[in-house]
Amino acid sequence: MTVDALTVVAIACHALLGSGALLALIRLARGPSLLDRVVATDTLLVIISAGLAVHAALVRNPTLVPVLVVVSLLAFVGSVSVARYIGGMLLRSRTGDGRDLGLPVAAEEREGRP
Amino acid sequence: MTALADVVAFACLLAGAALCLTAGLGLVRFPDVLSRMHAGTKPQVLGVLLVMIGAAIRLDGWANAWMLLLVAAFQLLTAPVSAHLISRVAYRRRHVRRDLLLVDEFGSAGHQDVRYRGDEPGDAPPEDSSAGSAQSS
Repeated sequence: MTVDALTVVAIACHALLGSGALLALIRLARGPSLLDRVVATDTLLVIISAGLAVHAALVRNPTLVPVLVVVSLLAFVGSVSVARYIGGMLLRSRTGDGRDLGLPVAAEEREGRP
Repeated sequence: MTALADVVAFACLLAGAALCLTAGLGLVRFPDVLSRMHAGTKPQVLGVLLVMIGAAIRLDGWANAWMLLLVAAFQLLTAPVSAHLISRVAYRRRHVRRDLLLVDEFGSAGHQDVRYRGDEPGDAPPEDSSAGSAQSS
């Protein structure tokens, strides 16, 4: 009974986590801007750390717990550094609407424009 | 007792994994950076908290529980910081669908003051020329 419940929970958790990671990978490949890829990478690292925690919890293996700390630190440092890097590329000349001039119109705005 | 703890832990793990799936769905389906970030932050806070609770129940031992608590607290601290940075850069690089925004306080404030704060790139234009520079409006 307990073994059956463990197997069912393991299969369900891995299916949910795997499909979530696959969709994040789709956004990582398709994302029109660099910031979409940053967001997708952040989510993918969170899903990876959740998968490590789920595996550690299901097999009762506490060896993976320090890896979780490292992965969560790495996700924060990576996304913040890429965001700072893109922010450093900005041209600091403003238009009237508070946004920056001289940068290409994003793909989202082109798609949303009728 | 042990069976009840296992049931609670399994429910927490399943809920966290389901939140990861919703994050992936939202990342694929939503239209721009801000709403994708809104979807992607679901497992970043609540999903990680649920999974950490489930793992701390399953891996009974105070050392593991403290380290999982450290991971959860670190996620709670760092998720707003990275989301703030990414959304600010996304707004200023025009990756935000402004026709979908309900409130746009950042754009309607009419702040024309370009103040260099010391972290600008080295090839930035000088400050006085940026006030009157409308090179391609």
